[in-house]
Amino acid sequence: MNDGKKPQTMAQKILADHSGKEFVEEGEIVNASVDIVLGNDITMPLAIEEFKKIGAGKVFDNTKIVMVPDHFTPNKDIKSAQQCKILRDFAGEQDIINYFEIGEMGIEHALLPEKGLVLPGDLVIGADSHTCTYGALGAASTGVGSTDVAVAMATGKLWFMVPSTLKFDYKGSLKKWVTGKDLILYTIGMIGVDGALYRSMEFSGPSVRGLSMDSRFSMANMAIEAGGKFGIFEVDEKVEEYMRSKGKTGYKIYKSDSGASFEKVFNIDCTDIELQVATPHLPSNARNAMDLGEIKLDQVVIGSCTNGRMEDLEMAAKIFKGKKVSKSMRTIIIPATQKIYLEAMKKGLLEIFINAGCVVSTPTCGPCLGGHMGILAEGERAIATTNRNFVGRMGHPESEVYLSGPAVAAASAIAGRIAVPGEVI
Amino acid sequence: MIIKDKVIKYGNNVDTDVIIPARYLNTTDEAELASHCFEDLDSDFKEKAKERKIIVGGENFGCGSSREHAPLSIKASGIKAIIAKSFARIFYRNSINTGLPLLVSIEASEHIKDSDEVEIDLDNGEIKDITTGITFKVPPLPDFIQKVISSGGYMKFTKKQLAKSK
Ligand code: SF4
Repeated sequence: MNDGKKPQTMAQKILADHSGKEFVEEGEIVNASVDIVLGNDITMPLAIEEFKKIGAGKVFDNTKIVMVPDHFTPNKDIKSAQQCKILRDFAGEQDIINYFEIGEMGIEHALLPEKGLVLPGDLVIGADSHTCTYGALGAASTGVGSTDVAVAMATGKLWFMVPSTLKFDYKGSLKKWVTGKDLILYTIGMIGVDGALYRSMEFSGPSVRGLSMDSRFSMANMAIEAGGKFGIFEVDEKVEEYMRSKGKTGYKIYKSDSGASFEKVFNIDCTDIELQVATPHLPSNARNAMDLGEIKLDQVVIGSCTNGRMEDLEMAAKIFKGKKVSKSMRTIIIPATQKIYLEAMKKGLLEIFINAGCVVSTPTCGPCLGGHMGILAEGERAIATTNRNFVGRMGHPESEVYLSGPAVAAASAIAGRIAVPGEVI
Repeated sequence: MIIKDKVIKYGNNVDTDVIIPARYLNTTDEAELASHCFEDLDSDFKEKAKERKIIVGGENFGCGSSREHAPLSIKASGIKAIIAKSFARIFYRNSINTGLPLLVSIEASEHIKDSDEVEIDLDNGEIKDITTGITFKVPPLPDFIQKVISSGGYMKFTKKQLAKSK
């Protein structure tokens, strides 16, 4: 009971509501009901194997399971084809309506919001670490493992430890070309790859209220790169407008109480934040792009669940328009979903990219995890709008990945080295 | 439960891409996963793991992706426990859920050297470095997690719960 109305954070409130309680304590373990259970072609086959071992028969609710084969699709090789077939067969057996075949798919974390599958206030789990992306919608959303997904598919419930919250308050106006990606790289650079370990990161302040939904998705997406459990935003007019555009209303809105206990509050002044690049091999190695000096590149990737959305493609197109990528540069652009692909086509962005000498791929995770569609050889170097630059992430263990937002990636493709837009336009 | 073995030591931020690179994730076969475990970080891991079955890491062990293939490949390589200063949260869940014991101890992680012989007493929360004779206390796991581990993992735990509720 919470008669005295003890103040709580958004994360506490959502977990409390989903476990039938009025108040939950930080550090408490709760068994909570989940609204969406997500899996992909890498993690779902294991989950399905485990699900069958539990012997539950049917999934708890065939409308609440979402399966997106996006990592090694269109099927990269025979083994990947077998993995995808496990999903497809299971979706058929269990009447899973939210199984998305390649023609209607996209990278899962761009696809679920686009389809209106996640509502503000939802508790979402996914066997993919970037499930935290939906925090942009005010959902408590987090990555878990395959066994977790198996159990949740069987019972509709999962164990959670109630996290403490770190609050990030952003003020001041953003510099030209700076997006949510720069803010989050800057933030991770400040707190480190384990700076938010086990915690909920709550993003707030006037600067984030001014951000587009696409920029907010990129920020929430990378909460896990600081070790975070949730990367959550308050629901404001922009979120409500986004949900209305998906035909969704009537969800519950949670806000952190004014007296809620935040483990720490970070005040960040955005007026000083330059375009960021994270150097190998940690997302926390954030530097000002313009200070990096001459770093030659072999490949540029613009895409992924972090930055494969319309805002990213539009920004890249502004820079590529009427320009050519550097002679030896392999530039790969991957719209995150079929819908974004189509919109980019209608707006003439694809033409700009192709004329500039980029290739445009069907939606896939592809090179982001070194799967396919743009793997690096020994000693090669790429800049990517993805979210991880660990050793071997995009190919050979002796290759290197730099992380940035779309503006730096596009400018670098033209310059042949890491560059900021001002140097090429 | 007592685990007594020699140590393979690694540093901070050992991520899931070096534990099991994504290029090998198109299978769930444990033996095959194990054959590529740690190959981008330490090409001698397979040899080492024949003789040494406890891993000691630094901070944020297991950071990165949610792939359960990571603890699975470690377990299938014969590793019996991991000690670290801290673990990434999804890796922590996955290891508990698959029944690979994890112990958090900053002191033990700093003290224990590569190839030391170590004895872990899970029930009493103790790590003893036999080579140096020093013992470290570790905080007990929350009740719920102990139950999951003693059931042999989350899947078996759930199976029991479901059977009870029928
Ligand atoms: S785009 Fe990259 S980070 Fe996102 S889900 Fe795919 S592999 Fe993971």
